[in-house]
Amino acid sequence: MPSPELEFDKTKCAACETISCLVKCQYMDFKDTNEAKKEWQKVINNQDSIVLKSCNTCYACEEYCPFGNHPFYLIVERQEEKGILPAPRPIITMWINQCQPVGKFIVGRVDERALSYCFLPHFNTLVKGKLFDGIAWSAIFGQEFFCNAVYLHYAKASVIKDRLPGIVENIKNQGIKELVCLHDECYGTFTSLASAYGIDMPFRPIHYYEYLYGRLKELKDVIKPLNAKAAYQRNCSARLCPQTDHYVDDIFGLLGVERVKREYDRENALCCAEIFRMARGPAIADDVQKRNLDDMVEFGAEYCVFNCPACWDSLADKVANRGIKPIHMIDLCKLAIGEEQALRLPESGAEV
Amino acid sequence: MLTAAAIYDALGKIVGKDFVSDGKEERYFYARDGGLMPPHEPDFVVLPRTSEEVQEIVKLANREKVPIVPHGAGLALTGLVIPQRGGIVLDMKRMDRILEVNEKARYVVIEAGVTHGALKHHLQKHHPHLRHSIPDSPPIATIAANVVIHGQGRLSQQHGFNSDMVSGLEVVLPTGELCRIGSCSVSSYWFSKGPPLPDLSGLFLGWFGTTGIITKLGLKVYPCKKMRDVMLALTDKAELVPDIMLRLSHTEMVEDVVVAAQPLPLRFKGTFWIMAYITGDGHEELEFKRKMVWDALWEYFESRDVGFLSIPSGMKAPLLSMPSKDTTRFADVSKGGGFQYAGPIAPIEKFPLFIRKLEEVAADHKLFYSSTSRLIGAGHCMMFSFSFSFNRANADEMARAKTALDECSRFALEEGGVLWKADIDEQRLLMDKMDPNTLVLMKKIRQLLDPNGIMNPGNWEIR
Repeated sequence: MPSPELEFDKTKCAACETISCLVKCQYMDFKDTNEAKKEWQKVINNQDSIVLKSCNTCYACEEYCPFGNHPFYLIVERQEEKGILPAPRPIITMWINQCQPVGKFIVGRVDERALSYCFLPHFNTLVKGKLFDGIAWSAIFGQEFFCNAVYLHYAKASVIKDRLPGIVENIKNQGIKELVCLHDECYGTFTSLASAYGIDMPFRPIHYYEYLYGRLKELKDVIKPLNAKAAYQRNCSARLCPQTDHYVDDIFGLLGVERVKREYDRENALCCAEIFRMARGPAIADDVQKRNLDDMVEFGAEYCVFNCPACWDSLADKVANRGIKPIHMIDLCKLAIGEEQALRLPESGAEV
Repeated sequence: MLTAAAIYDALGKIVGKDFVSDGKEERYFYARDGGLMPPHEPDFVVLPRTSEEVQEIVKLANREKVPIVPHGAGLALTGLVIPQRGGIVLDMKRMDRILEVNEKARYVVIEAGVTHGALKHHLQKHHPHLRHSIPDSPPIATIAANVVIHGQGRLSQQHGFNSDMVSGLEVVLPTGELCRIGSCSVSSYWFSKGPPLPDLSGLFLGWFGTTGIITKLGLKVYPCKKMRDVMLALTDKAELVPDIMLRLSHTEMVEDVVVAAQPLPLRFKGTFWIMAYITGDGHEELEFKRKMVWDALWEYFESRDVGFLSIPSGMKAPLLSMPSKDTTRFADVSKGGGFQYAGPIAPIEKFPLFIRKLEEVAADHKLFYSSTSRLIGAGHCMMFSFSFSFNRANADEMARAKTALDECSRFALEEGGVLWKADIDEQRLLMDKMDPNTLVLMKKIRQLLDPNGIMNPGNWEIR
């Protein structure tokens, strides 16, 4: 079976006047569009470019590109071709080994519509209650269903190309027709990454926000508005599926939650930055996290609503230390229908 | 000479009939430990409550020339409390009183049956600003037994072997005399096991109970910061590990450094996991120490040879737990609940060589392996574990594990390591290599202290 190849259209970039992929980048500075265009042309031509070494793998250029031409996936391809390591080698090795499909996975009573826990144990805690009536047991978890988008952070497009077709096949073999992805990485993989590599989807990926929105409408009679102000923590893989962002507003609307209009939200969002720590060290990560948290505080957020469990792991305690309540989107919905927050910070700090 | 029945009666008179047994069940249980050494039954098991009872038992044993083996929790895995010649097993568990916590001089005085779990709990509850060096054995391990084998723990990077933290001993000599060692021999304070006096603690520590029975000990305790965290550095180059350990130690900010290596679960494959534990009384102190650790390894980070893993909370809790439960988990990797390790104490420069040997031996003998190394002192040495798990129901696998361990021990010894808590076979290896005059000295000490050779015979037996 031939390896999937990135479907990248260089003519779109040639016609692009904004070079938004680089000009809008929050971590690279170009003196003007011309300079950005030159650097981007180098990337396209597989020449050495500062872009390849400076990329922090925040994924945002995937959202910035007005043509959907997948600039970030191209960067990843080029980084790998040139042997550029965006993160230390042992970290990359660990990730490659950790998520290798080896026949260990967990499936529930899988129906045609199923939940994907990806490879994140947090969903064992989160998926409970009325929101998941009728579907909670229809779930898949483990390396065999792991979407592999994480390797975009590590310049390992080859791993994605190698594993993703098998992952898609594994899901199909469960008889799943509709897959509710509880993690943006999965949804982004199945809707953006897979299509960019020409991999057909034998099932329909559904973003869990779409699912939650539907369930909340069904449960609207039991919703008690929360009347709270919340900062939304966008995650890196949300950049792969920006078309789902409106669900945040839609869900917040149903819950009576105000999405604070802060500086670092929507297209200008800052990610949790933990990947920066692993890749570049603490200085940039601490700076990004501080700016992000300062921004939440400044705009009066009572809650910080998380989409991604990895962001939760990185930021939840820091958010709490700033006097803001961290909560996952699923738990926020639960609060509004009278259920309890399930994913919480450990009761006490580190054991001494 | 008394009959077995008479000895049983005499023991009963000393400790009370509920605390002596010659029953089949007790003899079966005390005949073995969790490791690979063949079992051997005692004739009696006795549980004394006081130092005076220990004295009476030892006097009886000495008079009747009955072997006597002190027993903590029996967790050494190398058969050190298996009664090789039968006789009396003296289980110290009932001597479990914490007698004193001296906050100002930072030591505790405890009886020999006090466990690490009990002391940890006591300090957390009553003296939360103090802690002791907890080893990664189960919490039922006794502190006295741990120091007798020169155990290591969570504070060993800073303060050396757990036995270095002893601050005084009360010992029943093999002839029954009760003897105090250290400052407590001239003072009511237990702050030093030796200095400024002649350090006699060396007559008992490391001797596996062949020179006397510790009934009480003083143990240094240390400041307990309010917060604790772990940083996880990964490298795929074994040859860098010694320097990484040295650099971490150089910061003087790290309380404990542990290196883990194993092929499974897959996330461990091909990388060495270096855990650096830090503590602080606030976020600021912790953050400062984190930065020091980053700075120490920055050069390797930039070369992409070392990375720091962000640790999710689910993973952090087990890493921070004391003792670590991973050792126990490893015991059941092969199913059937068996594991043992050869744990030489060696210069840290030997890490790459030892790792290669471990991989090679595991492959040769088709065994699952794991290694956990702990830095001792400020880089003065490390404990390197060659660990193998096995199924106790699989005799062939157990035999392969024993052969593999022997091979690793011999190798470590050849490479300049010194075997830790050596089983009787390893003790022979050590003594074969030992300076002959040192052996003569050891023999003289044993003969002087234990003229009838009753104390844990089979161990440190110098021909």
